[in-house]
Amino acid sequence: MSVFAGAIGLQEKSERIKFMPLTGKHLLGIADLSVSDIRLILNTAKSFREISTRSIKKVPTLRGRTVINLFYENSTRTRASFEIAEKRLSADSLNFSVSTSSVAKGESLTDTAMNLSAMNPDVIVMRHSSSGAQQLMTKYCPGCSLVNAGDGMHEHPTQALLDALTMEDEKGSLEGLKIAIAGDIAHSRVARSNVLLLKKMQADVWISGPPTLLPMGFDQYGVNVTFNMEEALEGADVVMMLRTQRERQKEVFYPSVKEFFSLYGLSREKLKLAKEDAIVMHPGPMNRGVEIDPEIADGNRSVILDQVTNGVAVRMAVLYLILGAGEEGAK
Amino acid sequence: MSLLLKGGRVIDPGRKMDEVTDLLVKDGKIVETGSISPGKDCTVVDVTGKMVFPGFIDMHVHLREPGREDKETIQTGSNAAVAGGFTGIACMPNTDPVNDCETVTRFIKEKAEVAGKANVYPVGAVTKRSAGKELAEIGEMRKAGIVAVSDDGMPVQDNQVMRRAMEYSKIFDIPVLDHCEDIQLAAGGFMNESFVSTELGLRGINSAAEELQVARDVILSRLTGGRVHICHISAAESLNHVKRAKAEGINITCEAAPHHFILTEDNVRTFDPNFKMNPPLRSQKDVDALLEGLADGTVDCIATDHAPHLKMDKQETFDVSANGIVGLETSVPLVCDRLMHKGVITPLRMAELMSSNPARILGLDRGSLEPGSVADITVIDPEMESVVDPEKFESKARNCPFAGWKLKGWPVLTIIDGRIAWQSPSISG
Repeated sequence: MSVFAGAIGLQEKSERIKFMPLTGKHLLGIADLSVSDIRLILNTAKSFREISTRSIKKVPTLRGRTVINLFYENSTRTRASFEIAEKRLSADSLNFSVSTSSVAKGESLTDTAMNLSAMNPDVIVMRHSSSGAQQLMTKYCPGCSLVNAGDGMHEHPTQALLDALTMEDEKGSLEGLKIAIAGDIAHSRVARSNVLLLKKMQADVWISGPPTLLPMGFDQYGVNVTFNMEEALEGADVVMMLRTQRERQKEVFYPSVKEFFSLYGLSREKLKLAKEDAIVMHPGPMNRGVEIDPEIADGNRSVILDQVTNGVAVRMAVLYLILGAGEEGAK
Repeated sequence: MSLLLKGGRVIDPGRKMDEVTDLLVKDGKIVETGSISPGKDCTVVDVTGKMVFPGFIDMHVHLREPGREDKETIQTGSNAAVAGGFTGIACMPNTDPVNDCETVTRFIKEKAEVAGKANVYPVGAVTKRSAGKELAEIGEMRKAGIVAVSDDGMPVQDNQVMRRAMEYSKIFDIPVLDHCEDIQLAAGGFMNESFVSTELGLRGINSAAEELQVARDVILSRLTGGRVHICHISAAESLNHVKRAKAEGINITCEAAPHHFILTEDNVRTFDPNFKMNPPLRSQKDVDALLEGLADGTVDCIATDHAPHLKMDKQETFDVSANGIVGLETSVPLVCDRLMHKGVITPLRMAELMSSNPARILGLDRGSLEPGSVADITVIDPEMESVVDPEKFESKARNCPFAGWKLKGWPVLTIIDGRIAWQSPSISG
């Protein structure tokens, strides 16, 4: 285990990580993680951050490991973030996207899975528009680990982890924090993964959106659900806005963008209800003026770019823990 | 030519008969029950410890022929039927071309004749091409042999068209079999809408989509006096409408599929497309209501909605995978194991659900073991235990969520028109 710690230069900071593998071989969702898994990932990510501040941002930790980034949906930040994380850990990474692959020729997901698996990658980082697509992949890629970079409206675990890291940076512990999550809940995998994680970490979670965009039984997560955004914002420590996913909305859920913003957009007026030191988050990409006032997005309470920075560290930690687990197991 | 079944437990719902006795068949008809000695030229089958039922009828099956012979044919579907203990199957019209005219009906009848296995009862379309606009030539199809009409899978949305269909089918005294689903409300969902669909991020189909159409059908049946039969009823609320309508004297019946009263939406958590069907698997509350309805008579019969698909159709992600599972070769053991052995229903009730009620609904001279009846008989071994292995199915398809389940109570002998159409290797004759 000191091999890993040494390789990433942690001993220089006289910090030692006791290597413990994650519960599972894959990272499919927050639902599968224990509290100690989450702690482990966040702590590992914190110690990895330093690498990204060096002039030479590369350690040999994952040298010789092959990671395939398989993206069936458009992504700017998540894909770049994973790719940078892989490169900083010296993994060999390959990008495989819907427009350049044989998917465009009508190959099925399972055929793609079996073909990629035959090339013996160590990890497949995958994003897909269908919920559960990664579960299907695990059946056809028995030899490698799957990391979910977002599946349909189901989960986006690394987003929730980087959000948690950002909140911890600003607020210390998540326990007892009032966290308001607002907007298009129905179509948001970010909301689901965040709720799962925040509940595991004992936060006080408030969900707000129009009833048409609140999926059935959402309160059964153990969160407070309100149609009144002001109630959710009142005294909040963290305000997390969600992207209004018009491309996923197959029907009309609200009368107009203007009305949506007036009811559920984060305006300067509404933000006044939150604590004075409340932070504002958004997973991106933002629809400025639809769910968030552009001045808030760029303002001093916004931690939106910190989220992006933390994304790299969290993804480095996830890849390290998943691949390290395999290495430890082989010994 | 005669056939003597010796020493079985004979279940005859018409006579409320459930006793160990012999049963003699001659020239395709039931001759008598009682203590019988074999005469000359008589084949004797020892069925001691077995149960002798009037032939089971699955009134909701998709045979895929014409059009999708790669998924199933009338031959392979009939083979699956007899191997599953069914003497008769009603096949839905959503083939290519749709069974919306007498030519297609005759084709199905002829193919079934050639197949020479189960009795195949074609169901005609309600509307031309099942497009929901104009009535199909129901009278011509009736002459060619249809036993009911249905736009299964493409349910009639237009209330006026449904009204006319119910009125028109009164001429022939055949039921309209309705797959109840409000297409707008179902909104292209993939599973039951509930907290489970929320957690899984899969678009849901609320049970209200079924309930609305059931309620509509009750109202239109009351208006027209036409016979309506609700296909694969899945939701507790839908069942309440049927129960109230029956109490009111409305001409309504319904069927339930084994997967709907055995599995729940929680099975979808695996994202395994073998748990994808329409209507979707519902909640435990709905399962409980169906079990109650099966026992108390609100549910009239058990039908499988046998829906064969290619392996690749079920190897996609859950949302784009095909709907439906095969059922012909698992229905009887599931009903034995989960309903009869668990005491949910009696053997007599099982005979009603699997035989006499579907026969009555479809107007068939079947479903009875009384002397003089057509000798369609299903014999099951209630004690036989076996594991479901889709690779051994007679059906072409393997889309079955029950693979690996150990079940107790399997068919061993299927007799049609007095002739043995299928027998398990375990039976000596």
